[in-house]
Amino acid sequence: MAAGNVVRGGAVIGAVLAVLVAAFAWAGGWLSGDRLSPERFITALKPPGGFGYGDRRNHAKGVCVTGTFTADGAATAVSHASLFRPGTYPLIGRFSLGSADPAASDSATRVRGFGFDITGPGGEEWRSANIDVPFFPVATPDAFLQLLQASGSKDPGAIGQVAAAHPELKAFGGWAKSAPWTASFAEEQYNGIDAFVATDAAGSRHFVRWSLLPAATAQQVTPDALKAKGPDFLDRELESRLASGPLHWRMVLTEAAPGDQTADPSQAWPAGRPTVAAGTITLTAGQDNVAGPCRDVNFDPTILPSGLATGDDPFPAARSAVYAVSYNRRTAQEASGQATGGHDTGRNAQ
Amino acid sequence: MSDFTRNGFNGRVQPSLLERGEVVREPFAPVQRVLHWAMAVCILAMLFIGVGMVSTARPISLGLVDVHRPLGILILLLVVVRLAVRARRGTPALPRDLPAGVKLGATLSHWLLYAAMISMPIIGWGMVSAAGLPVVMWGGFQLPPILPHSDALHAVLWDAHRIIAYLLFALILLHVSAALMHALIRRDGVFEAMAGGRPPV
Repeated sequence: MAAGNVVRGGAVIGAVLAVLVAAFAWAGGWLSGDRLSPERFITALKPPGGFGYGDRRNHAKGVCVTGTFTADGAATAVSHASLFRPGTYPLIGRFSLGSADPAASDSATRVRGFGFDITGPGGEEWRSANIDVPFFPVATPDAFLQLLQASGSKDPGAIGQVAAAHPELKAFGGWAKSAPWTASFAEEQYNGIDAFVATDAAGSRHFVRWSLLPAATAQQVTPDALKAKGPDFLDRELESRLASGPLHWRMVLTEAAPGDQTADPSQAWPAGRPTVAAGTITLTAGQDNVAGPCRDVNFDPTILPSGLATGDDPFPAARSAVYAVSYNRRTAQEASGQATGGHDTGRNAQ
Repeated sequence: MSDFTRNGFNGRVQPSLLERGEVVREPFAPVQRVLHWAMAVCILAMLFIGVGMVSTARPISLGLVDVHRPLGILILLLVVVRLAVRARRGTPALPRDLPAGVKLGATLSHWLLYAAMISMPIIGWGMVSAAGLPVVMWGGFQLPPILPHSDALHAVLWDAHRIIAYLLFALILLHVSAALMHALIRRDGVFEAMAGGRPPV
């Protein structure tokens, strides 16, 4: 082999390797720090005391529930999803507080959540994480990251800067101040917030959002009255309600009118949009957050049955990516804890 | 023009070259070459999609995951076919003058590549199963879980999937370097046995 071949060949090989490695690094987002990576959300969510061992990275405190979703068939008008056909399907759910702190006090946490995982005929699943706020605080995942970073910042002006850059945050501030408090997870309405695309049997697409309307009547309480009941009152209250009978919510799909905002969950749709009552969620039993069946469920809102899909709202994808990192990290902690047998599986050790 | 250049790679070569064992005489069968290059495209795409889909919270991540799952299963099917073909058709012998250590490295790295090609899709499938997530191929069609829902299994498989992915990428870099070394420096027909054409004189 000639020396010239070695030099030229070596140069070509070096160049090919350099291009492959650079392309791989670019694809992985390692060439710059400005990619909207899910890890940045997790870092921004970290509470001052750190994440609980094996806990979810947000909505850390919660309680498991089980029950059913009974579809009455009306939603087949907008979606051919199998679990909208008349029938009763098993459901695993979880009520939670919208805080990364696993020891958050009920009365100190404004946002409450309800996640569900319904298994339809043939094993198709529909997972969703819903909150009692009627709209999202900000319009984009980038703005939400800024909001999380500002919330954890020592700079007292940080939130004000985000609010100035994202005026939609004002509506959330207004809701947080004026919306009534209740002393029960069962009395809350939970909203899917994001718009999804439902496809009917004829192939027509409909932008929908959904809400879960409680059968229980909301009894307004003051935050002080809730505080007086103790930091974990909501769990006990739910337990006692379930002991005396099942709890129900109506699932209602709301269809967007032409021109309605489908990409921005901070903009609620005007009242009067057509709705479809998809069916009823019935909860029959509650379980501990650690020992219950919801512990290992990632309520990833992009796990959708055929007939429901993500649309132009960027949040479901962002939530899916961030939930996946949360799930990977907490299950890794859980597994290493099991391996060493070294951790307490108490209330907050999830 | 020598016999070698006139008859090309598939034809007769000069007896002296053959005797010295400097060039590979037989190419891979056409079906093996098609499988190799199709899988090369799929696997490289898979690695880039994999690191890309977990790097971002933007909507493209969902589309990348939607491609990642069925593409992984396709690679699993292709590698099974490929090993079956290899068992029937064999592989061309390496040049006789290739040092024994290099031959061993070539053999070992190829079996490591096969091990990664087989294990990665199965680990991925198992990891999704252990996470309790539906193993969706495309709208409405999903594969059954191959493992029970388990945090411990998920944690182990998730680590394995990531680590083997980086090792596989490193192996591919080694493979590409070696292939180009054969093509550009040794010019011994090893590259052409898979790429087609004839080695430069």
